[in-house]
Amino acid sequence: MTTWSQRLDNPVSERLRDPATTGYVAIGLGAFAAFLAIPPVEARSPAWPIAVGILAVALGIWTATRGRQRLGWGAAVGGLLGIGLGILATRSGTGNLETVFDATLIDQTFGLATPLIFGAIAGMFSERSGVINIGLEGMMLMGAFWGVYGSDKGGTWVLGLLIGMASGGVLALIYAYFAIHLRADQIVGGTAVNFLALGITGYFFQQFYNGQVSGNPSTIPNLHISGLGHFLENSIGNLSLLTWASFLLVIVAYVVLFKTPIGLRIRACGEHPRAADTVGINVYLVRYCCVALSGLLVAAGGVYLSLGPQGNGTFIFNMTSGKGFIALAAMIFGNWRPAGAFAAAVLFGFSSALALKLQIYSPQASTLFQVLPYVLTLVAVAGVIGRTVAPAADGKPYAKQ
Amino acid sequence: MTEPKKDLVQSPEEAASSGTLAARLSLSQRAGGVAVPLATVILAFLIGGLVVLATGHNPLLAYRDIFNGAGLNWIFHPTTNTAIDGGVPAQAAFNLTQTLLQTSTLILTGLAVAFAFRCGMFNIGGQGQYFIGLVVANWIGISLAGLNSFPHILLAIAAATLAGAVWAGIAGVLKATTGAHEVISTIMLNWIAYYLASWLFGVGGPLHNTDPTQATSPVSNPILESAKLPVIWGSTTLQGLSAGFLIAIAALVVYWALINRTTLGYEVRAVGFNPDAAAYGGINVKKNIIRAMAISGAFAGLAGGIDMLGYLFKYGQLDVQVSQVGFIGIAVALLGRNTALGVFLGAFIFGGLLYGTTQGLTSNVIQPELSQQLTYIIQGLVVLFIGADILILYVWNSRKRLRPRGAARTPAKAVY
Repeated sequence: MTTWSQRLDNPVSERLRDPATTGYVAIGLGAFAAFLAIPPVEARSPAWPIAVGILAVALGIWTATRGRQRLGWGAAVGGLLGIGLGILATRSGTGNLETVFDATLIDQTFGLATPLIFGAIAGMFSERSGVINIGLEGMMLMGAFWGVYGSDKGGTWVLGLLIGMASGGVLALIYAYFAIHLRADQIVGGTAVNFLALGITGYFFQQFYNGQVSGNPSTIPNLHISGLGHFLENSIGNLSLLTWASFLLVIVAYVVLFKTPIGLRIRACGEHPRAADTVGINVYLVRYCCVALSGLLVAAGGVYLSLGPQGNGTFIFNMTSGKGFIALAAMIFGNWRPAGAFAAAVLFGFSSALALKLQIYSPQASTLFQVLPYVLTLVAVAGVIGRTVAPAADGKPYAKQ
Repeated sequence: MTEPKKDLVQSPEEAASSGTLAARLSLSQRAGGVAVPLATVILAFLIGGLVVLATGHNPLLAYRDIFNGAGLNWIFHPTTNTAIDGGVPAQAAFNLTQTLLQTSTLILTGLAVAFAFRCGMFNIGGQGQYFIGLVVANWIGISLAGLNSFPHILLAIAAATLAGAVWAGIAGVLKATTGAHEVISTIMLNWIAYYLASWLFGVGGPLHNTDPTQATSPVSNPILESAKLPVIWGSTTLQGLSAGFLIAIAALVVYWALINRTTLGYEVRAVGFNPDAAAYGGINVKKNIIRAMAISGAFAGLAGGIDMLGYLFKYGQLDVQVSQVGFIGIAVALLGRNTALGVFLGAFIFGGLLYGTTQGLTSNVIQPELSQQLTYIIQGLVVLFIGADILILYVWNSRKRLRPRGAARTPAKAVY
């Protein structure tokens, strides 16, 4: 009886905020996505079932990273099934859809998600230690340019990767000095980093290359896997080395942050730096290391942009054009957790891949999918349904005593 | 009984670790005066000069070129008008009109950031609000043919301002009702506006041009003649300075009066400074958060409006991709210390840099493509150093502590 009275006492708004509610809504949306494509609604454009399906997956990830794991991941899978069924149902109608929805869509999804995964995990390390990193975009841009430079002058992509990562790390260290030692406002500092990177990369790109990369810098090779069958080979048989590295990074990040003493220290600095200091953790050192690591990792994502299969050894002004911010969004969407950040990054990558593929057929639908990550994140931070939980001391400078 | 708050005068240390953004900024306003921003600009230009020197160009000549490119050499020939008599003076006058056009925009995007700062919030979404203002001004500007010039302009500018206010208001409402951080939501709104504008102006979009010869280029229709702002200095054919400059100056006055002389300004500042104290004093915190964001966005929307009606007239996808004026507004506001006069000077410096480094360059000391990037470097350095002026404050404050007033604050331990 008590449960009943409790339920009645709970205001509707409270019940709506429960992650479980979100999970059930997500499952409903997944079913709705498949339903849209079949009679009586029979949407001819696959954009609708996919958009609804993506929403379902997003809500599923949302639920999973906020306590109700089984329900959430179930809903995410349900949303994917909804998308699949929706595509199957609409595909029978029009011919050119087959060129949009094939195995290479998966290949492109992972390809576009790679920089986002690097960026989201990078941002997570920084923010888990208590330093907001709005400068991800700029550090990624540094990696993209100096990666090309290193590969071009050094002759090998390995050197490009190292120099690119180092450039991101250096910029991150400068930022860290201002954010940690000088206790500058971290949002202002991050904004400055983005401007600086835009100016520095643009300036040296013009100075060294006159605005056009000549020659063919060595690019990051793809990992060929054969003998998987037609579908798997087209989807995951030819992914870039760095894409696989990003998958590995997610696992390593999870283990380091949540299963080792180092991770505990990092999280302590982000939740309660005073307490961490009291038990002898060097808060400044931990934060410096995390911000620097953040710069190195997100710059690797930048190197992937310019030396990976999409950039193919070229650089253009402001090459990242918002990818650093999508990575930030993926991290927030994934609730500052590796699995959540990974799932969000892949979802946003999928959204971008669809946008690219649909460009030929329907620019309107293409824009819809490009803007989706930002809309989803806006809805997410609004916390209408469940709330994002940032590390408690995120963005607060710590003064030693 | 709870313990009384120990000290109303915060040290920079306390402000840095616990204070709100507004508290910190008001502190930095009391300290340093004009010296810190000035030192920041000089330092930023010095480092920028070092970069120029390191890459084999003469920084002094490059800066002289940028100075002339911005039309600042007009002060040596103040009586000449633009393009009426030829030669260097006329060119200088023309360049200055272009610099002032950029300045007008930056004053408004700077005010958008400054107003939010004064209310304890960081409006990083000026760029998005600017795009929305451009879109609405273009939409009104190409429609309503046959309307007289004055009502047409008034309507377009009012609509652009309102649209900017609504766009920023979304972030305000989210913050007030759900506590979503305005930095994250305005960043997201920036990109949503970016793609919205790209789609609207793009091929097949609702605002794409109807000119058959331009069918494949993603550009809008030019606005009607009746919607164009009058030119107040220079010729119309060469696009002189539009009346948008006067609107921007008026906005500075409005900003100053709003912040310092109205109940509204008092309330939003109080909420920014300390929401709890404001609520205790009977101020509606949620309402004021929304109001503050909306007014902030209105300035950026107005910037889009006067740009569209003043000199752009049409807009395209490529313009959307390269536009940075909303972000430069952050540097303008920080450099101007969120004061009306400061924002004007900051906007003038960056307006000069923006135009002087691109179209204005005449000699070959430094390529325009190169010096254009120098603007971003200098801008980044300015923001970086201004953001860190807590260090300068710390030095300033510790010096002050040695003086009698500081000593008087610890009377109990004084042993005589």
